[in-house]
Amino acid sequence: MDYQEQINIKKIKKEKTNINKKQNNYTFEISRKRINNRILLNNILKKVFSLSTVFALLVLGLLFYRIAIDAKGWIDLQFLTSNLSIFAEKAGIKGAIIGTVWLMLIVAPITMSIGVITAIYLEEYAEKNKLSAFLKVNISNLAGVPSVIFGLLGLTVFGRLMNLGSSILAGGLTMSLLVLPIIVVSSQEALKSVPSYMKEASYALGADKWTTIRKVVLPVALPGILTGSILSLSRAIGETAPLVVLGIPTLIMKYPTSAMDNFTALPIQIYYWTLDAVLTREYANLAAATIVVLLAILFLMNSIAIIIRNKFQKRY
Amino acid sequence: MEDKTNVRSLIQKNAGQRNHINEKVVPKIFLIIASISILTTIGIIFTLIFDASKFFSAVPLREVFSTDLNPLSKDPSFGILPLINGTIITSLIAMVVAAPIGLTAAMYLSEFATDRARKVLKPIMELLAGIPTIVYGFFAYSFVTPLLMKVIPGLGAKNVISPGIVMGIMIIPLVASLSEDAMSSVPDAMREGALGLGSTKLEVTLKVVVPAAISGIMASFVLAISRAIGETMIVAIASGSSKNFTFDLTKSMQTMTAYIVEFTSGDAGSGTVGYYSLYAVGLLLFIFTLGMNLLAQYITHKYREEY
Amino acid sequence: MKTEEIVFDVKKLNLWYGENHALKDIEFKIMKNEITAIIGPSGCGKSTFVKTLNRMTDNVSIARTEGEVLYHGRNIFDEKLRVEELRTKVGMVFQKPNPFPKSIFENVVYGPRIHGIKDKKVLMEIAERSLKHAALWDEVKDRLNDNAYGLSGGQQQRLCIARCLAVEPEVILMDEPTSALDPIATNKIEDLIEDLKKEYTIVIVTHSMQQAARISDKTAFFLMGDLIEVDRTDVIFTNPRDQKTEDYITGRFG
Repeated sequence: MDYQEQINIKKIKKEKTNINKKQNNYTFEISRKRINNRILLNNILKKVFSLSTVFALLVLGLLFYRIAIDAKGWIDLQFLTSNLSIFAEKAGIKGAIIGTVWLMLIVAPITMSIGVITAIYLEEYAEKNKLSAFLKVNISNLAGVPSVIFGLLGLTVFGRLMNLGSSILAGGLTMSLLVLPIIVVSSQEALKSVPSYMKEASYALGADKWTTIRKVVLPVALPGILTGSILSLSRAIGETAPLVVLGIPTLIMKYPTSAMDNFTALPIQIYYWTLDAVLTREYANLAAATIVVLLAILFLMNSIAIIIRNKFQKRY
Repeated sequence: MEDKTNVRSLIQKNAGQRNHINEKVVPKIFLIIASISILTTIGIIFTLIFDASKFFSAVPLREVFSTDLNPLSKDPSFGILPLINGTIITSLIAMVVAAPIGLTAAMYLSEFATDRARKVLKPIMELLAGIPTIVYGFFAYSFVTPLLMKVIPGLGAKNVISPGIVMGIMIIPLVASLSEDAMSSVPDAMREGALGLGSTKLEVTLKVVVPAAISGIMASFVLAISRAIGETMIVAIASGSSKNFTFDLTKSMQTMTAYIVEFTSGDAGSGTVGYYSLYAVGLLLFIFTLGMNLLAQYITHKYREEY
Repeated sequence: MKTEEIVFDVKKLNLWYGENHALKDIEFKIMKNEITAIIGPSGCGKSTFVKTLNRMTDNVSIARTEGEVLYHGRNIFDEKLRVEELRTKVGMVFQKPNPFPKSIFENVVYGPRIHGIKDKKVLMEIAERSLKHAALWDEVKDRLNDNAYGLSGGQQQRLCIARCLAVEPEVILMDEPTSALDPIATNKIEDLIEDLKKEYTIVIVTHSMQQAARISDKTAFFLMGDLIEVDRTDVIFTNPRDQKTEDYITGRFG
C-alpha cells in the first residue's frame, strides 16, 4: 500500500470515528431523557399503586366511623341485657347473645374434632392415592360453595329430614359443615410445620405412628390448630345466610335451654333490623349497635388467636 | 439400684400388653371421619338435584328460561333469567372495583412496599377480609346508597351499583392476597436479571413479575368472581327483591342468592313449586361456583411456571 | 479367646430407591460388642445401609428391599416381626441432634414411657443412669426440667445418646454422629463411644477416616452401593486387599 493510500485510509478511519462519536453523544442524550421519563413513570405509578392499599384503609375507617355514629348512644347495659322487642327503645340483644353462644358451643366441638382428625388423616396416614387426592380436592371445593347452599343442605337434611326444625342443633350442624374446610386446611398447615426429624427420632425409639402423633406431632402443632379453630369459629359467628334459610326467627320470647330449642343470633338481628330500617329509623341504630357488639366479639377472638400464634408458635 | 436386665424385662413385659391394634384401627376410624367431608358434598348434590328435579318436572323449560318471574302471585311464573341477570351484573360491578384495586395493591405490596409498610398494610387487608358480610350489607344500605343517591340522579333506594361496589370492596383482599402470593413466588433471580439490565422497578413488575405470575393472578380473579356470585347478604339487603329483567343499574334487581334467602325467610310452604324453585336456583348457583372453582384450579395447575 | 457372637448377618441385601439401585448384594456380619465403622465417599450408600438395619427405610415410600438381614437369626423383614420391637433393641443416633421440644428429663424417658413404664421412681433412676452413661449427668443434673433446646450442640447429641440408651438397646446405630459438632464435642463423644463398646454393639457411619481408625474394631468400605471390603480396622488401614479401598484411604478420591 503506498503512502497516499495509507493517509486516505487514516482519514476515512478518523471520519468514521468522529461520526461514531457524534452518534454516541447523540444516542446518549436521548437515552438520558428516556431514562428520566421511565423513572418518573415508575415513581408516579408507585404512588398510585400505594393508593390502592390506602384505599382499603380508608374504607375500613369509613366503615367503622359510620357504624360508630349510628350506634352512638344505643349501646348500654340495657341494650345488652334486655329482651327483644318491637319497640326500639326497649329492645335488647340478650337473647341474640345467648343464642350465638349456644351456637358456638355446638359448632366448636363438632367442627374441631371432625376437622382435626381429617387433617391428621390427610397428613399422617393417607397414602398418595386417588382417594386421598379426591379428599383434598373435595375439601377445597367445599370451601368455595356459597353459604346459602349450606343453608339449603341444612334445611333439607337437618331441618326436615332429621326433624330438627330451626333449633340450635340444626343451626350448629349446618355451620359446622360450613366452616369445616377452614379448620382442615389450617390444621394441615400446622401439622406440616412439624419437622420430620422429630418424628424420626420418635420412630427410632420404637414408637408407633399413633404414639408419635399423640406425643410429638400434636403438641408441636397445637398452637397452629388452635389459631385455625378460632378463625373458623369467628367465621361461623358472622355468617347469616344459612341461618336465614333455616328459618331462624328474629323475635323469640323464650331463651333456649337446650340444643333442641329455637334461638336467634346476632347476625339475624342485624339482618332484620337493617331490612326494616326504612320503616323505623331507630332500627338502623339498633342494627349498628348490634354490629358493634358482633365486631367486638370477633376482635376479641382474633386477638386471642394472634396472641396464641405469637406466643406459642415456634419455628424449628 | 436396679440391675441391667430389669429395664429390658420391663419393656419385654409391657410389649405384650401394648396396644398394637392402634396401628390398624386408628387409620380406619380416621378415614371414616374424614369422609364426612365427602358425605357433605354428596349431601349437597343430592339435596339440590332431588328437589330441583321436582321443580323442573312441574315447570316447562320455556318458562324457566323466560324473564317472567313472579313466584308469589296467584298464577305464579318462574322465569329465572332475571336472577341470573342480577347475579351477573352485580358480580361484574364487583370485579370492576376489585380487580384493578386488588391487583395494584398486590403489586405495591409485593414489589414496592418496604418491609415496614408491608407489616402494617397486610394485616389491614386481612382485617377487611374478616368483616362479616352482613356488616358490609348494612354499610351498603345505610351509607353507600344514600351517598350515591346524592351523586347519581334517579338512583333508587334499592339498586345494584351500591351493593356491587361494596361487594367489590369485600373481594379486594381476596384478589390482593392471592395475586401477591403468586407474585412473591417468582424467584428473585428473575428480578435481578431485569434490574441488572437497567430496568425500573415498574418495568420489572409489569414485564417480568406479572407475566410470570399470571396464572396465579388469573386464578385469583376467577375465585373472586366465584365469591361474588355466591355472596348473599350484601345484595339481599341493598339491591332489593325486584324481579324485573333490566339492565338499568339504578334499579333494584335480585340475585340468585337473594332469591333463596327472601323465599325462606317468608312462608314458603314445603311441597310447593315455589319451594322447589329454591333448589333449582341453588343447583344453578352450585354449578356456577363449582365450575369457577374448578376453572381456577385448572388454571393454576396447567399454567404454573416451573422455576 | 472371646467367642464372637454374630448380631447382624446380612445376606445378599439389595435396596432400590425407585429406579436407583442404592445397595447391591451386601454381605456382611456385625459382631457383638464391637465398634464397626462404615466409610466411603458421599452417596455410596453407607447411611442407607445403616438405616436398613433398623428399618427406618420403611418410611421412604419408594424404597424396596430384597435379601435378608438376620438379627440373632431372625430376618428383620419378616412380616411377623414388629418393627417397633426391632427399633427398641436396635437404637439410632442421628447426624443432626434431634431432641424433642420437651425438657431434658422428658426427652430421656420418652422411650421407657411409651413402652409402658410409668413409675416415677423407676423413670428417675433410668434417667440418671442413662445420662451418666452418656457422660452428661454432671452437666444437667440440676436442670432436668429445662428445655432441651437450651443445651449446646454437643450436649444435645449426648442427650440423644442418653435417650437412646434409656430403652437399653443391644445395638446402637450412629449415622455420622459428630459431623455437626466442633472438635472438642467430637472428642467427648468418641471417648463415650469407646466406653459404650463394653456393653453395646455399635455401628458407626463416618466420613472421617481418622475417626474410623481411632475408635473402631472393624471397618467396612462402601462404594456406589457395593461393599468393597470389610476387615479389622488395622488391616484395612495398613494393608487393604482391594485397590479401590487403598485409593480411597490414600485420598485419591472421595
